[in-house]
Amino acid sequence: MKKRLSLNGRRLTLIAVLLPLLGLFAYVILRAGPLAPVAVVAATVEQRAIAPALFGIGTVEARYTYRIGPTVAGRVKQVAVQVGERVRAGQVLGEMDPVDLEERIAAQQAAQMRARANAAAAEAQVQDITARRTYAAAQARRFEQLLLAHTVSEDLVEAKRQELQVTEASLLAARANLDAARQETARAQSEHAALLQQRANLRLLAPVDGLVIARGADPGTTVVAGQPVVELIDPASLWVHVRFDQLRAAGLRAGLPAQVVLRSQAMQPVAGHVLRIEPVADAVTEEFLAKVVFDTLPDTLPPIGELAEVTVAQPALAPTPVLPNAGVLRVDGRLGVWRIVNDALDFTPVTLGATDLDGRVQILDGVQAGDRVVVYSQRALAARHRIKQVERLPGVLP
Amino acid sequence: MISLAGRDILHAWGKFVFTGVGLGLLIGVTLTMAGVYRGMVDDAKVLLDNSGADLWVVQQGTLGPYAESSSLYDDTWRSILGAAGVLRAANVTYLTMQVRRGERDVRAMVVGIVAGEPGQPGQPGFLVAGRHITRSHYEAVADLASGFQLGDRIQIRRNHYTVVGLTRRMVSSGGDPMIFIPLRDAQAAQFLKDNDAIVRQRARTAANPAFGAPNVLDAVLASQGSNPYVNAVLVQIEPGHDPEAVAEPLRRWKRLTVYTRQQMEEILIGKLIATSSKQIGMFLVILAIVSAAIVAFIIYTLTLGKIREIAVLKLIGTRNRTIAGMILQQAIGLGLIGFVVGKIAATFWAPFFPKYVLLETGDALRGFIAVVVICILASVLAIRAALKVDPAEAIGG
Repeated sequence: MKKRLSLNGRRLTLIAVLLPLLGLFAYVILRAGPLAPVAVVAATVEQRAIAPALFGIGTVEARYTYRIGPTVAGRVKQVAVQVGERVRAGQVLGEMDPVDLEERIAAQQAAQMRARANAAAAEAQVQDITARRTYAAAQARRFEQLLLAHTVSEDLVEAKRQELQVTEASLLAARANLDAARQETARAQSEHAALLQQRANLRLLAPVDGLVIARGADPGTTVVAGQPVVELIDPASLWVHVRFDQLRAAGLRAGLPAQVVLRSQAMQPVAGHVLRIEPVADAVTEEFLAKVVFDTLPDTLPPIGELAEVTVAQPALAPTPVLPNAGVLRVDGRLGVWRIVNDALDFTPVTLGATDLDGRVQILDGVQAGDRVVVYSQRALAARHRIKQVERLPGVLP
Repeated sequence: MISLAGRDILHAWGKFVFTGVGLGLLIGVTLTMAGVYRGMVDDAKVLLDNSGADLWVVQQGTLGPYAESSSLYDDTWRSILGAAGVLRAANVTYLTMQVRRGERDVRAMVVGIVAGEPGQPGQPGFLVAGRHITRSHYEAVADLASGFQLGDRIQIRRNHYTVVGLTRRMVSSGGDPMIFIPLRDAQAAQFLKDNDAIVRQRARTAANPAFGAPNVLDAVLASQGSNPYVNAVLVQIEPGHDPEAVAEPLRRWKRLTVYTRQQMEEILIGKLIATSSKQIGMFLVILAIVSAAIVAFIIYTLTLGKIREIAVLKLIGTRNRTIAGMILQQAIGLGLIGFVVGKIAATFWAPFFPKYVLLETGDALRGFIAVVVICILASVLAIRAALKVDPAEAIGG
């Protein structure tokens, strides 16, 4: 009797060991194999308005940059300003070496004096010849009267008349001479003025109030015509040159409000707006180019070239059914969503509308608000899969 | 009526169960090894599945983009899009590198994708959390295997990216998790040196006397700082077109190398992971043989251990068929317990492996059949030994 009981006991123990093992095995087969249901996270299609926004990357640039340099090749004599200094319009920024210009001005001055002296001499000559002409005219008149009285010979009168003609011709010549001398004086004066102008041109002046951003050359450097010695910007004219991916630039237009986040101040967005869209897009990088200006300039000016992230807000659209973009998949070449109908999967093709930066996408056709659709899944889904709806998929932290 | 085998098992059930569990762990190891091998091949296949492409267009004469480096101009896709039978074409870049988050860094394959509408080639097919990339810069979708979570700020080269989405089973052929970032950023990341290197590069260029004329140096430096290349163009073809028929004109007229899905699979499995998968495969074969031998020996010695009891059975006139049946039933029972324990063990420890372990149902079935066959073969040997026993041994000892 005792032995039978013990046999039964052993049998029970064995069953007690084997049953859980079999249970575990069944669990493993049903939960981990191909028969296992796929965990999914579902969402309800919402009827709501979304506000699409555009995102672009740009650099801070100055609208006006003035590159100040000499108009002829030369050597830099001095540069009066340092990078970072603010200058006023008309302020001297630097000066080019005049080389022999001073000497040439002196020479030109001497030439001018000489021209004046020549003019004076010519004037004196005119006076001299005028006097001689008056005398010759008087002589000619007197001899004419004497000829009427038959006291002088015809020959003598003829000689006096000729004398008068000669002096008159000399007077014309002297006057022309005087004219030439005066012109010469004017020429010398103009040349002198031109040299003075050139000397003034060697001074590099600020055309506007601005900020010095670069010194292109230091004293002693030889620069070619047009090479900037000092670069100025107008600090009030800072803007952001932004690039928008053409794929995601629909609706970009001037006047839209924008939020500018400078790389150095990621926590402090600055308000601005789109000034204009460049009529020429970048064909190589497939981007639109736009200029965004600050509504009010930041207190500390951002350096030129600083990277900025620009988000351009667009007005909210009319409410439509809206889904997270993670729910939209391409299956067998068709764009659609996995709709949950009576706990089974049904692939429904959809037509997409606008999207916003938070990943919401308008569904124009295919599903209605209130439909349940799969947003996240443990693996790629197929219509035959059994599903298990969960709050969060394994591995994802809240 | 209680069976002889059942009676014998009950007699020493502890020994029986523990032997079965021991066998099971051995079978579990073998199944896991098969899983490791399958996982390796599967990693290569999901890489192709995840790209969502029918054709891979790469640099002429290369095995790119996975097995070999390949570079194409980033406007090549436009001319491919115009080819007959091409539905969608998208640039893609792949670069395996270290991705940092705080102090920790993770080896990952950074994939540059065109962040257009959902379902473009190259984009992750499904997410487990978050959303797809919507901004054209500085957003990332990471695989769960990287350990990153939503909202993490990760650093790739010089730039910081926000993790906005998570995927699962998006891995490179080496099993490294993928991190998807916008194409433009990926192009920059591939090319971008660290800041010190850039400064040194500029200094070297500036020292070149050929660039002495004004503005030339600036132009040269600007041209050095751009990367107009991608690694491949992923192509989806129009339904009803034969991939090879679409690929051939591209090869012939665009002077590019084009691979179909089948060719790509051959490259990945036949070339890229060939040696390591053969290594694992070889080990699997040896492990299977050793396991089979151990299972056979255990059953044989278990039977020999009961030789005295069998002699008694013979002495009391039990038929040979009954004795053989008892041994066979015990062996198969042991095999069943072993298989069940092995399957359970393999399923429970598989997720803890750093790389993917794929336990295929087919492998489990093959394993089950092999276990039963080995048990039968081993018991045949044991039965032969048992039937040769002299009943006198029961008394003589």
